[in-house]
Amino acid sequence: MNSSPLAALAGQIAAGESSPEKAAADACAAIDRAAVLNAFIQITEKRAATDIERAEQLIDSGNSPLGGVPVAVKDIICTLETRTTCASKLLAEFTSPYEATVTGLLAKAGAVVVGKTNLDEFAMGTTGEHSAFGATRNPWDRQRVPGGSSSGSAAAVAARLVVAALGTDTGGSVRMPAAYCGICGIKPTYGMVSRRGLVAYGSSLDQAGVFASAAADLRIVLAAIAGHDPGDSTSRPDAGLAETVLPENLNGIRIGVVEQLFGQGVSDEVAGPVRAAIGQMQQLGASIVKLEIESIRHAIPAYYIIACAEAASNLSRFDGIRYGSRASGEDIEQVIMRSRSQGFGAEVKRRIMLGSFVLCHGYIDAYYRKAQQLRRKLIDEFASAFAQCDLIAAPAAPTTAPRLGEFGDDPVRMYGQDVCTVPANLAGLPALSIPCGFAAGLPVGLQLIGAKMSDALLLDCAQVYQGKTDFHLQVPPEYQ
Amino acid sequence: MAVQDWQMVIGIETHVQLATRAKMFSSAPAAWCEQPNLQANELDFGMPGTLPVANQAAVDMAVRFGLAVDARIATVSEFARKHYFYPDLPKGYQISQFEHPIINGGLITVADDDDQFAVRLVRAHLEEDAGKLTHDMRPGKSLADYNRAGLPLLEIVSEPDLRSARQAAAYGRTLHKLVRWLQICDGNMQEGSLRFDVNVSLRHNESDPLGTRCEIKNLNSFRFVEQAIENEAARQAQLLEAGESIIQQTRLFDTTSGQTRAMRSKEDAQDYRYFPDPDLLPLRIDEQTIEKIRRGMPELPDACRQRYIDQYGLSPYDAGVLSAERGLATYFDEVARQCPDAKLAANWVAGDLLALCNSAGTTPAKAPVTAAMLAGLLSRIADQTVSGKMGKEILAKMWQSQKPADEIIEGEGLSQISDAGQLQEVLATIIEKNPKQVQQYQAGKHKLLGFFVGQAMKETGGQANPQQLNELAKRMLDEQK
Repeated sequence: MNSSPLAALAGQIAAGESSPEKAAADACAAIDRAAVLNAFIQITEKRAATDIERAEQLIDSGNSPLGGVPVAVKDIICTLETRTTCASKLLAEFTSPYEATVTGLLAKAGAVVVGKTNLDEFAMGTTGEHSAFGATRNPWDRQRVPGGSSSGSAAAVAARLVVAALGTDTGGSVRMPAAYCGICGIKPTYGMVSRRGLVAYGSSLDQAGVFASAAADLRIVLAAIAGHDPGDSTSRPDAGLAETVLPENLNGIRIGVVEQLFGQGVSDEVAGPVRAAIGQMQQLGASIVKLEIESIRHAIPAYYIIACAEAASNLSRFDGIRYGSRASGEDIEQVIMRSRSQGFGAEVKRRIMLGSFVLCHGYIDAYYRKAQQLRRKLIDEFASAFAQCDLIAAPAAPTTAPRLGEFGDDPVRMYGQDVCTVPANLAGLPALSIPCGFAAGLPVGLQLIGAKMSDALLLDCAQVYQGKTDFHLQVPPEYQ
Repeated sequence: MAVQDWQMVIGIETHVQLATRAKMFSSAPAAWCEQPNLQANELDFGMPGTLPVANQAAVDMAVRFGLAVDARIATVSEFARKHYFYPDLPKGYQISQFEHPIINGGLITVADDDDQFAVRLVRAHLEEDAGKLTHDMRPGKSLADYNRAGLPLLEIVSEPDLRSARQAAAYGRTLHKLVRWLQICDGNMQEGSLRFDVNVSLRHNESDPLGTRCEIKNLNSFRFVEQAIENEAARQAQLLEAGESIIQQTRLFDTTSGQTRAMRSKEDAQDYRYFPDPDLLPLRIDEQTIEKIRRGMPELPDACRQRYIDQYGLSPYDAGVLSAERGLATYFDEVARQCPDAKLAANWVAGDLLALCNSAGTTPAKAPVTAAMLAGLLSRIADQTVSGKMGKEILAKMWQSQKPADEIIEGEGLSQISDAGQLQEVLATIIEKNPKQVQQYQAGKHKLLGFFVGQAMKETGGQANPQQLNELAKRMLDEQK
């Protein structure tokens, strides 16, 4: 049951049955009606008007892969003619003087940015609750979280407010909310999409990713934004999504099943549908290889040490001096201290402190360097695994969407939710999450992890799977 | 005991601003700009989401330096972040190199009049400069200018091999000359293109362990380097002689009082939390690139000076003057190549040409009289078409008109009269007209030779070959006896 809502909408626009302007207006009206989800921080009318004008020209010239469709962008990606808040009080009024490469490419492909979506402040969070603009709600159950940190982008696509949205994924921030919200989300190979203009959290882990309801749409958007950017030193020279002929089945595909990705708190209600999906892929022609990747046991601590170290460093620039809200003080030191104390939320402060600590003289060997060694080992183990299989199938999250406030004052338990997703970030691998079932009415996500630059293969497999299943066609009852 | 009873041990960290067009990691122009914040882009302001890209030109310049001082060039080096909060540091960290610098080791030979010594280098690494804060322009406000933020710096770290303030200043001058020679720095001291951090400690003998050191930061002239070291050494000697110990600290040199004062001590030193910059891949330089840069290296100042002595037979002093600056040496080399007499070329380049350049505020490379033109003039002097004295006038005219020497000589009929017959005729007339002087000369007043030569010169409009004239006059007067 392959579908492509994006291509369908672009087709309507091309055929004159709709227009970029009408599609944007429809999206804005839907966003308005779904205000209770708190998925958006801003509706970007001015920006959308610019994009619409451009899209119309592109459509006329027959050169618009994204055909004037409205999209949403996580509010941690710098865009012109909008604010870029990172869901932080510190940047509540911040406007970037330049445009991110990735959104520039979106606009150049004919997309219309209708809004900037809610997130965990500076992308630090697993639930979407740590936002200065309030928590985002899950369209399947408003008492539950949509997952984070790209909470608003996931909720917006799940509620069918937009056909596609951009997120960022440092430790699972695209795949986890995709799983909780019953949609598709891809984190490309590290270096596939430019990071220029993504407000950095963990620079060695961050990648922009895409949300859509169908894998076919992930492919269309990813093709538009992937590519080498000389302005990003970590961008791959070979970045770009290869065009492939979609196979009819999974014949010859070797799927690795890594037991470590089913351990550590993965609930039965999630493991069940995921194993069933693997079974279905086997029926579609894939073979199964059982594998061990020992270092996955240490992925969570290694990830939180590296990500926090980089975050503490990356967030040093927010001193209230050149931009952002500035507190008053007696001297320079006090101005900086108060601006940061008042501007950052609790979770951000926690990670800055953790990250500063692991880089301190006397501790860096025990923490940061040790974590880097583990990361190296994990990369090597993944490399040997991919000598034996083409992709690894696993849960995207250990549970279905938690309730709002479920983790309360226990950040470490929240960090545990990242157990299935952080290994791909640490190893720089492409990974996606697609719906593969429901447990007690809540969506379950199947994660596919591939070797570096196998993004197209992952999308092929996801599309073949979606050709035979309809989990991705399910829409939350209120938003049908 | 006094300061002379102590041995100074000095090591210097030099920040050399590399003469690239763009900044170290941003594409903003690196040129000097009076207007604040005009030469800074979003990266230099530390805007969220901006990313650094290493400037290959700066990397190549670091390699040039490394090759010039015979250092090891790291084929893989690493950029690291150095963290501290200060409003002139836009990202809250400086991108520098820490564990794996691009240049390791190296040696600089310093020749200071009567003293020649070698200074070992520890390393040299690439980093970006910070912005500039001004606190006294507006009451109660500090102003931040980020034009300087992100400029490429090569920090050159010496071993503590220097033993006097004078040696330290001479090392600074040698480095200044070398980086200009390599064309990796404009050497403009006023604009801070070279800045020195000086580490000073005292001990009694070479064999003693190193004493506790103090670092004097940010000295931007050789004179200040010398003064600051003298002052700091005296301060330390006084403390040590009073039985007190030196506290390791960073000090500032007050250029008005000539004193150093404490800035911060080691106890409150910051933890910079260095770690590899995840925005930048390890910096790789392959052997081919190093070879290519090696092939493009100019002859170095020391080799050039030695060559002038060996090849042209110049005195060490003249060789030193002509190799003081690369543009001058290039100019001289070209003149010497086209002129039959290298010593003549050396005298004219180091003498008249440099004097003209200095008074016109220009350099040999930009002088209106090119090396080829000067060589043309010197050829006419060497073949005695014109005298040296006439040559000076012709050079002045060449400077004004930019015409070649031959054109001026011909156009103004300036060529020297070396025809013995013609000169004899002139002299005969003068001798005839001045019998009294002839008598006096013959009576032993030989000074009067000058009178006859002068008269003949006047008669020929200064064009007589002076040497020939002298000889002829002497002979003819003697013959009159």
